[in-house]
Amino acid sequence: MGTTAEHLLVTDSAISADLRVVVLAGGLSYERDVSLRSGRRVLDALRAVGVEAELRDADVALLPSLAADPPDAVVIALHGATGEDGSLRGVLDLCDVPYVGCDARASRVAWDKPSAKAVLREAGIPTPDWVALPHDRFSELGAVAVLDRIVDRLGVPLMVKPAQGGSGLGGAVVRDAAALPAAMVGCFAYYSTALVERYVPGMDVAVSVVDLGDGPQALPPVEIVPRNGVYDYAARYTAGRTTWHAPARLAPEVAATVADVALAAHTALGLRDLSRVDVIVDAAGQPHVLEVNVSPGMTETSLLPLAVQAAGLDFGRLLGTLVARAAARLTKH
Amino acid sequence: MTGTTLDDYTDRYARRVRGMTASEIRALFAVASRPEVVSLAGGAPYIAALPLDAVGEMLGRLGSEQGVTTLQYGIGQGTLELRERICEVMSLSGIDAACGASPEDVVVTVGGQQALDLVARLFLDPGDVVLAEGPTYVGALGVFQAAQAQVVHVPMDEDGLIPEALETAIADLARAGQRVKFLYTIPTYQNPTGVTLSEERRERVLDICERAGLLVVEDDPYGQLGFEGEAPAPLRARRRDGVFYLSTFSKTFAPGLRVGWILAPHAVRDKLVIASEAQILCPSGFAQAAVATYLSTMPWRQQLKVYREVYRERRDALLDAMADLMPEGTSWTTPAGGLFVWASLPDGLDSKAMMPRAVAARVAYVPGTGFYADGTGTDAMRLNFSFPPPDRIREGVRRLAGVMEQEIAMRRVFGAVGGAAGRRGRAGSDVPGPDLA
Repeated sequence: MGTTAEHLLVTDSAISADLRVVVLAGGLSYERDVSLRSGRRVLDALRAVGVEAELRDADVALLPSLAADPPDAVVIALHGATGEDGSLRGVLDLCDVPYVGCDARASRVAWDKPSAKAVLREAGIPTPDWVALPHDRFSELGAVAVLDRIVDRLGVPLMVKPAQGGSGLGGAVVRDAAALPAAMVGCFAYYSTALVERYVPGMDVAVSVVDLGDGPQALPPVEIVPRNGVYDYAARYTAGRTTWHAPARLAPEVAATVADVALAAHTALGLRDLSRVDVIVDAAGQPHVLEVNVSPGMTETSLLPLAVQAAGLDFGRLLGTLVARAAARLTKH
Repeated sequence: MTGTTLDDYTDRYARRVRGMTASEIRALFAVASRPEVVSLAGGAPYIAALPLDAVGEMLGRLGSEQGVTTLQYGIGQGTLELRERICEVMSLSGIDAACGASPEDVVVTVGGQQALDLVARLFLDPGDVVLAEGPTYVGALGVFQAAQAQVVHVPMDEDGLIPEALETAIADLARAGQRVKFLYTIPTYQNPTGVTLSEERRERVLDICERAGLLVVEDDPYGQLGFEGEAPAPLRARRRDGVFYLSTFSKTFAPGLRVGWILAPHAVRDKLVIASEAQILCPSGFAQAAVATYLSTMPWRQQLKVYREVYRERRDALLDAMADLMPEGTSWTTPAGGLFVWASLPDGLDSKAMMPRAVAARVAYVPGTGFYADGTGTDAMRLNFSFPPPDRIREGVRRLAGVMEQEIAMRRVFGAVGGAAGRRGRAGSDVPGPDLA
């Protein structure tokens, strides 16, 4: 796959042609720490290919600085609501500052997991059965009654996670119905609406999708094998706690199906430039899309950089290409 | 590409390193550095209360006029000039020549933290037991964990460590055939509780340890930060032998200089120096000169009064706000000094599980679990009052009370569920880094 994308990367000389980039990282979300790590990695990669890049937080100083000294493009390495719920993208649109990634509308839909799942299902893309409920519903209708119905309908095991948010924060696999209330409380500490979905056992795979100029294409899928079985926060961000296989150890025809499903998800959600589609491949080789990330992690242990490497691409040049494309959008506009 | 863990050193780490992982609780503290967040999570002194112009001028002169010595290597034990000043400081709390305190037996360290590490290196073998207050200073837990020692907590009440509980713990451990090396204690304005060991209990604790043949490691960073009269004399002022006295200038002057010390029994002094030289060669000559000059040329006693007054006002702001705003069922300590209040939560609340909700409400605290080696402490939290100004403290408590009300409502809906986040973590994984104010 790498070879097909290679020719689309802009050359170093084209990238360094006075591109000025602001990398946004930090923010006020639970994922601030992850975002700062992503941002620094992106900054280093861009500078390595000659792009003039600076790191900024999304704070009160941001808009004045963008107005005073507009960059050619912004790379959003913010995770959590600010970076992914579309609102910041909307503000950047108001400022006529182009950015890498999808627009505000698509971002808003992809960020809200139940909305995204509805779009995927509408498009015929497999995603585990789910129900999304705000905590108010449990107090109004009685938690026991609602939880019983959920277990009756979806069975166990179940995956409980906040309807919005990333990095596995607030998520839990529930293997016994008795553990469901605790998982709900843990989840509601992170967000007011919980997504409860049927847990599909299988291989955890992340597919990064990039569009370097001739349409979205899937990078090699990355298989995730957490050492103690759960891909939680510690497993994600502690090197050594998870083994990643890139490409994933899938039969070629299954890998092709997985890539197709990821591309279909990217397209159905109206995404742009790059995304990461998280998939479970069940024992029969059938992929199920869990969620889609419009501002995927870029840390040392993140999945998109691993996929880029597996594709034989240079991370800095790939980012440089996406930045150049984003910058060109304003020019056209 | 075959599988990668992105860490080629995974199989080569020492045993004491295993279990050092990214922590989602620790990650949540990242937002506390933003000004929108009221942080009651830090442990930083209010450095802005220092006469920074005068201090800056003094530091400049130490470089320009004395740089040939202050920027050079020094001796491992620390400069005699500073050790003499340290003895003057200690004499204020009753540790003086009469009880055997001498500059000869002082070893200057890189903050109190290195002092702790030296004591651990000298006395702890893997598997040894250390007794400590429950809860206790997280940095000590980290040191003892690195030494592969086991920490057994001894309960406290409003008068500090409970002597009867100490006796029971010693007896239980003896019966179990475990080797207890020392009692680690912060008797005055303790971190994290703010509690002070009472006068009467000081003697009893010392007697108990003496009878059991236990060394006492007395950590006293806050003893001079009392705002309700004098604290009872330190343990070291009462016993010459068997007590290691550790302190620091981090709270009384400036933590950025990283200067602390140990006053050790004479017999141990040489070993401490050799161990310290193996770690750091010598403490920073510049930082030592800065502290010594500060103590000899600037009104440091007056500065202590300033700190005490600032902290008293802030403690009052915190306690008043808690009394006004905290939900029923919350209780807390009333410290007579130091930097911290320890709050116990209403039944069923889990301070660790509640953290994300607090972050969303733009307030931060440290969950109680950070101060125990055994994963307990979910029912409590540490609140700092030394850094935020009084109006921010009140706002922080208002937000925190709201978070607790929400969590209480949630627990009411789902019943008593236990802590989803009550997993046992490595000491240090539930607390912020030292840079957090």
